[in-house]
Amino acid sequence: MNSLIKPAKSASFASTNAVFIGRSIRHSVRNTEALVMAIALPIMLMLLFTYVFGGAIQPGGHYVNYVVPGIILLCAGFGSSSTAVDVAGDMTNGIIDRFRTMPISSMSVIVGHVIASLVRNLVATAVVIGVALLVGFRTTAGIMEWLAAVGVITLFILTFTWLYAAIGLVAGSPSAASGYGFALLFLPYLSSAFVPTDTMPTWLRGVADNQPITPVIETIRGLLTGTPISDVAWWAVGWCMLILVGSYIWASWAFNRKAGRR
Amino acid sequence: MVTAMIEVKGLRKAFGDHVVLDGIDLSVPSGAIFALIGPNGAGKTTLIHILSTLVAPDSGSVRVAGHDVITDKEGVKQSISLTGQFAAVDEVLTAEENLRMMGRLCGLTAAEARRRAIELLASFDLTAAAHKRVKTYSGGMRRRLDLALSLVVTRPILFLDEPTTGLDTQSRRALWNDIRQLAAKGVTVFLTTQYLEEADQLADAIAVIAGGRVVAQGTADELKSRVGGDVVELRDENDEIIREVPTGSSIREVKMTIDELVRAAPEGSRVNIRRPSMEDVFVALTTKELEESAI
Ligand SMILES: Nc1ncnc2c1ncn2[C@@H]1O[C@H](COP(=O)(O)OP(=O)(O)OP(=O)(O)O)[C@@H](O)[C@H]1O
Ligand SMILES: [Mg+2]
Repeated sequence: MNSLIKPAKSASFASTNAVFIGRSIRHSVRNTEALVMAIALPIMLMLLFTYVFGGAIQPGGHYVNYVVPGIILLCAGFGSSSTAVDVAGDMTNGIIDRFRTMPISSMSVIVGHVIASLVRNLVATAVVIGVALLVGFRTTAGIMEWLAAVGVITLFILTFTWLYAAIGLVAGSPSAASGYGFALLFLPYLSSAFVPTDTMPTWLRGVADNQPITPVIETIRGLLTGTPISDVAWWAVGWCMLILVGSYIWASWAFNRKAGRR
Repeated sequence: MVTAMIEVKGLRKAFGDHVVLDGIDLSVPSGAIFALIGPNGAGKTTLIHILSTLVAPDSGSVRVAGHDVITDKEGVKQSISLTGQFAAVDEVLTAEENLRMMGRLCGLTAAEARRRAIELLASFDLTAAAHKRVKTYSGGMRRRLDLALSLVVTRPILFLDEPTTGLDTQSRRALWNDIRQLAAKGVTVFLTTQYLEEADQLADAIAVIAGGRVVAQGTADELKSRVGGDVVELRDENDEIIREVPTGSSIREVKMTIDELVRAAPEGSRVNIRRPSMEDVFVALTTKELEESAI
């Protein structure tokens, strides 16, 4: 047999991931509409909550200090939701069959989308914080608190991106993925993001206090504005890890089950 | 050293209660060009998906390059390259980026991948569009890129599912040439096609599947002789074919067929007697199979 046609060597695990991360970042940069939305929406929400609702919710004018952590998470949730659409798009295109028949870790396609989403959302978060500082947000955080806050935000983005990736894998089409993803975006409104939970009716308060977003928000709020944190930080990390691991397992299962079907 | 690159025995596959492959036996020797033909829905794509590990067979033994498609998927994947029936290209990237990405995934260095991309863009006549996003490509350009992507590195077996569908005549000829060159280098090519002429021109061996089974297998000539006799064509005064009637090869049989035709033949019509084409073989074999399965 000709020496040219030996069974192929193939890319290492690390370079496979690097190639797919590069691919997804190119996709993100070229999807101009989604990119503009991911940056513009946080700014619009920030201005809306500070200038339009802020006066009514907290007439003193310090609402911006209360609402920033909520806006950060709302935007991170919104930003990572496009992962569901990206993943579903790849799964309904023939290209996934090509990757699956190559001697590489084809699940890295999904890893590529997840890391690209993380990068996009961290940039969007930086924009949110920049605008927040411009409209009067005042922080008590030192360098350690900032690092911890960025760590929690990163974990939150990663968690929700994997959850959206799994949703994208089980959805039949990109538009179905976008529909399922939309439902999750209501979670931040039912938390302490925009108003303290003790202003809510008792039954709703029960929901709001015990859902994963509230401890994450309280943790970021504590780190950035010095409100008490106590054990909510552990709840925040615990919830995120639980959802992250669950979503990863769900995504891997769905990815393997989908083989050969479109 | 493996002599049969693809070895399929008693392969069955059903989707729900719809049996698609119902006991397929095939053997493809190393370095051969093998063509699979059959009507729409016969299970050609399903068979390629099974051979390339995308779909698991229900039963039977399937070995590709000596590796079992269920227990040794990785071994199979290292030996194959696939261009599926529907374009598998990244629409957001350019052709050059697609090819470089594939090169990197096949273990080439960045520089090797770039060089290979330039070569393939030239040989698939895509150099002018190399830096345009694939989204803006015509169907044929997309197909050419799709084919180029499976040739970034040369693997022992190449699967092509209807590779020339949607290509113009010139691109089709060029691809036939590439396929012949690959086979000459020792690559085993397994392709499906709707064009019988293509199977006739290109393939060393042909299998016809219909009703979930291989209804005939052999070289183009062997298949033609299986249909046996000649075909009588009835043509009108403008030389348009009115009817084609397969018949035996003896003079008596031909005469009887012509006698039949004379009664219905319009004024000015002519007759022509010829050897059967692949088309005739195909029609004869698949209709026979369909009639049998209807009973
Ligand atoms: N994932 C699937 N689920 C259910 N049925 C399927 C699936 N894939 C294929 N089929 C059915 O299997 C049959 C064979 O399909 P296949 O695509 O293999 O045919 P084909 O010979 O490639 O046809 P064509 O010439 O149109 O490409 C069809 O009836 C199709 O509906
Ligand atoms: Mg097909």
